[in-house]
Amino acid sequence: MKKAIVEKTAHIIFLICAAVAIFAVCAITLYMFLKGAPAFSQVGVTDLLFQTVWKPTAETPSYGIGYIVLASVVGTASAVLLGVPVGLLTAVFLSEIAGKRLGGIVRGAVELLAAIPSVIYGLIGMMVLNPLMFRLEKLVFANRPEHQFTGGANMLSAIIVLAIMILPTVISVSTSSLKAVHDNLRAASLALGATKEQTIFKTVIPAAKSGILTGIVLGIGRALGEAMAINMVAGGAVNLPLPFNSVRTLTTQIVSEMGYAQGLHRKVLFAVGLVLYIFIMIVNFVLLSARKREVAE
Amino acid sequence: MKKKLIASVLAVCLMAASLVGCGSQAETATDATSTETEVTAADESTVAEEEAQEATETTEDLSGNLTLAGSTSMEKLCEAMSESFMDQNPGVTVTVEYTGSGAGLESLAAGSVDIGNASRALKDEEKSSGSVENIVALDGIAVITDKENQVTDISAEDLAKVYKGEVTNWSELGGADEAIVVIGREAGSGTRDAFEELLEIKDACNYAQELDSTGAVLAKVASTPGAIGYVSLDVVDDTVIGLLIDGVEPTEEQILAGSYKLQRPFVMATKGELSEQNELVNAWFDYIHSDAGKEIIKKVGLIIPQ
Repeated sequence: MKKAIVEKTAHIIFLICAAVAIFAVCAITLYMFLKGAPAFSQVGVTDLLFQTVWKPTAETPSYGIGYIVLASVVGTASAVLLGVPVGLLTAVFLSEIAGKRLGGIVRGAVELLAAIPSVIYGLIGMMVLNPLMFRLEKLVFANRPEHQFTGGANMLSAIIVLAIMILPTVISVSTSSLKAVHDNLRAASLALGATKEQTIFKTVIPAAKSGILTGIVLGIGRALGEAMAINMVAGGAVNLPLPFNSVRTLTTQIVSEMGYAQGLHRKVLFAVGLVLYIFIMIVNFVLLSARKREVAE
Repeated sequence: MKKKLIASVLAVCLMAASLVGCGSQAETATDATSTETEVTAADESTVAEEEAQEATETTEDLSGNLTLAGSTSMEKLCEAMSESFMDQNPGVTVTVEYTGSGAGLESLAAGSVDIGNASRALKDEEKSSGSVENIVALDGIAVITDKENQVTDISAEDLAKVYKGEVTNWSELGGADEAIVVIGREAGSGTRDAFEELLEIKDACNYAQELDSTGAVLAKVASTPGAIGYVSLDVVDDTVIGLLIDGVEPTEEQILAGSYKLQRPFVMATKGELSEQNELVNAWFDYIHSDAGKEIIKKVGLIIPQ
């Protein structure tokens, strides 16, 4: 009897704890849609998403977030293009090539990279990367006065910072999926006369494909949701996301203007939050279906 | 089965109760220690208490509603002032709406509010409709560059051109051959609003960087060669150069003298002279002119008019 009570109590406590997470997700989703939707109907879906002029405090305000959405998409995509090859090859090194000692050092470094808070990335980007970018900017645009000089706070800085920030995610998820590939496959490939490189690229990586994909999707999620570091290095003016332009992403848009925004301006910022939320939901949906496929395989 | 359920619910209740018990015990313990510290600190706080008493004496037993409407730029000032005023006069409710200077003065003229806030001098037609200009504070903006910059003086006209993107190199202003990095604040910022309004370049600016705090602008300008930015006058330090505007130094004295261009008055306009206003409105202005009120004005980075 006593045992049964303990069991039952434990069961209820577990249930309550699980309910907290479910409640939080539902509440946040509901809140974002309730708060974000009014601006869409007031400004108009196409005027909001596809117009590019952001002048929320003008006499006749304009709430186009086209460039902002584009900056988020381009920034994330470029960071992934830059970060994934490096991350994947590091994972290959860790699982296939590195010895125990060297592997341990690299693994430790990667773990530390994951633990660094984003504000530190932002700080270093601001103090080191931006001045370097400013020099590069002066070189590239030496005799072109039509270019607006940004002092190095630009899209390129943001992409580089993001690429480094997604490395740990990509590396750790890819490494574990590469390690999960059965040694029989490697042995068979080598026995057929393939070199080590051929084995890695033609056998091991394809076999670990869905795990690597999961790592990439998680990296996309991280890059899309990052606000602090981007806010510090990207300049924050609303512009077409070209490498040397100062840009603003969905996240920094909310961070930088929420403080004093009022009325419709404030509502539009919630709509920006909703757009970001939908992007993240899409990313998670892709992740879930990738995992399901992995299980099915 | 039912028994089990009741038992487990009871168990949870008991657990909760014991947890609550722990919590309240801890609270009483901290309460005790805090009263002790209060006693020891009592001597030091008598001065402050006396001051508070003085303030309550001058505005005894006030009650009612005080309504203000107008300038969005005055939000920080109004929020801080009304909060402190309501602390002193618990019976009074101060409501401030931020509808814009023009709209605030219209509401005042229509008699729907007690005070109309404006972050500019009143126009003649507004004065002729009976509104009286009471300047409660002055807002000054400094234009800053990095230390290496050779330009120390800029005309208001050139400054507007720089921010509109028509002048892009310091050499055009008599400085070194260095690109101008135009730094400003985000949309909605009071400083940005004031700066653009005073130079008549509202929403015509072409920023290279939009930062979301005064500190960020200061740090970025200090560390970027060729940068120009604007901040509240009170935060300028020796990491940057405060540019002269039309040959006038950005100092409090020059603002009080009225010769510095980038300044604006914060007006709390009333319908008719102050002496014609009710007790509540007079108490409000008395509070603004008291030491506590002046402290608040300074704290939000404004200058006290003479």
